[in-house]
Amino acid sequence: MFKSEKITKIILYASSALIVLVSAGIVLSLMNGSIPAFKEFGLKFIISNDWNPTEGKENYGALPFIAGTVITSFIAIIICLPLAFSTSLFIGEYYRGTRLAGIVGTMVDMLAGIPSIVYGLWGFYVLRPLIVDLGLSAQGYGIFTAGIILAIMIIPYATSISTEIIMMVSSELKEGAYSLGATRKDVIFSVIIPNARSGIFTSYILAFGRALGETMAVTMLIGNTNLIPRGFFDTGNTMASVIANQFGEADGLKLSALITIGLLLFVITGIINGIGKLIIKRM
Amino acid sequence: MKKLIGLLVALVLLASCNNANSDKKSEGNESKAASITAAGATFPLPFYNLSFKNYTKGTGILLTYGGIGSGGGIRSLKDKVVDFGATDAFLNAEKEADMPAEIVHIPTCIGAVVIAFNLPGLEDLKLSNQNLEDIFMGLITNWDDSRLQTSNPGVSLPDIELTVVHRSDGSGTTYIFSDFMSKISTSWEAEVGRGKSLKWPVGLGAKGNPGVAGTIQQTKGSVGYIGSEFAFAQKISFAQVENSAGEFILPSLESISAAAKGDIPEDTKVMLTNSSDPEAYPISGFTWLILYKEQSYDGRSKVQAEETVKFLNWIIDRDAQALAQQVNYAPLPDKVVENARQILGEIVFKGEKLLLQ
Repeated sequence: MFKSEKITKIILYASSALIVLVSAGIVLSLMNGSIPAFKEFGLKFIISNDWNPTEGKENYGALPFIAGTVITSFIAIIICLPLAFSTSLFIGEYYRGTRLAGIVGTMVDMLAGIPSIVYGLWGFYVLRPLIVDLGLSAQGYGIFTAGIILAIMIIPYATSISTEIIMMVSSELKEGAYSLGATRKDVIFSVIIPNARSGIFTSYILAFGRALGETMAVTMLIGNTNLIPRGFFDTGNTMASVIANQFGEADGLKLSALITIGLLLFVITGIINGIGKLIIKRM
Repeated sequence: MKKLIGLLVALVLLASCNNANSDKKSEGNESKAASITAAGATFPLPFYNLSFKNYTKGTGILLTYGGIGSGGGIRSLKDKVVDFGATDAFLNAEKEADMPAEIVHIPTCIGAVVIAFNLPGLEDLKLSNQNLEDIFMGLITNWDDSRLQTSNPGVSLPDIELTVVHRSDGSGTTYIFSDFMSKISTSWEAEVGRGKSLKWPVGLGAKGNPGVAGTIQQTKGSVGYIGSEFAFAQKISFAQVENSAGEFILPSLESISAAAKGDIPEDTKVMLTNSSDPEAYPISGFTWLILYKEQSYDGRSKVQAEETVKFLNWIIDRDAQALAQQVNYAPLPDKVVENARQILGEIVFKGEKLLLQ
């Protein structure tokens, strides 16, 4: 019989190797599938805004989707920023360790557990009519609606990491500030923020990374128009949602174009996460 | 640690158990007469689901259909992983040449695309060909437009912004709609054209018939196109559309069926859109099953080929056509059934005809 020590080692090695293999396999097959589109369009694939699947006039440019993805994610992060920051101060500083903070913290974590499609439904039946009633747009779909939903979806990620970081600021520093007569507001802005700055920033970068790849809820609300949005309430499309929408009937060059968009999304998300990790390391 | 090993062993056992089961199943099927597999278009899916199930009940032959889209159906037949495929757009000469062997098209029923709209308090709406062009090219942006008023005398159209809703996924429904638009509008043909997915000049996209219908029902002032089989079941308001005789026709099983009354070529490969029949609803189309003319390939048994043709002969016949109407598709006119039977007669196994007339 094997010693349990050895078995543990084998299992650990095997599962780690499997994960590396799977990620490498995904990258390789994405690269392989994207070759025809890159051969046909080259760099134009990224900078062209013409997406025309009609036979005979086929031309694929991913710019509308790259724009849609980046704009909705930025709207999301801008809305998320003040909310997540205040909440993390609430949980990590003002009511730290109290039952109230526990309840709020649990609620925020619960938001992270709600499936994307449920956010989509809520957006479709509650948020969208609200936007129509407010007169912001005639049909309520668009990058703004999608951005709001995305913001709610990424708040838990930004909040929980920021909270951890804020709680890590040494209490001696804070006590020192209080003993010098600083108010709570002074402590937050002069002690906590300068100390936790890079960590808080990282939490938003990681949340931004989440927003980039979100699919289902966005597809239901963005309006799926394959054009670069011309205004705040205009409809658009994102990289993830164009893949979800058009994969079924796609073949040939179009299939390759969609796979290339997948590869681009993979690369962009990878870069964003890499930046986040780098900043954490520097801390 | 022990627990972990136990779990792992249990998992392995479970996995191998499953394998053993599925092995047995497939063996069982082979020893039986035949099981027929097909895949393709989603447009006729409700009809195929119902008729396949009934056929299995009546004959004991297991039929499976995967609604994976017309493109997938053609690809599956090309890869020879199905007995027949299904498509909403017939294969042109170029695409047929791309298949490994000669194929035939069997029409199974007629579907249509309706123009659904949401205007509070308004149920009757007439849309001329010019109106459709203007709406879907983005030239009309409000319902009280004088061009719409001209087609609807005596109706007071509200001052509501007009929102176009189209499919965001590739679809045979879009193909039929865009084929009709290309026939009635030169500017549409030049700028947009025909296809399962298009470069839309205006509007927002929603996924599938349910997505488009849901968006229209939720959005005041919206207009879009939906497969008739879905629209009829939903009781959504839809417009009367001008046909090539200049009549405004409401889509119904009768007016859709009338679209196939005109001259149909022997191979049935024709788009029925903009039919010349004065009673025809103009945005109608056949949906086809496609299979190889020579059924002896890839070591298929003769029984398999016989059962396939027998089933196809049943689906164009009266019983199955009645089922089509139950799920809101128009039945094939007798003349087309005759055509289809002729085509089935040409299917052979090692040169030998399979259907005895």
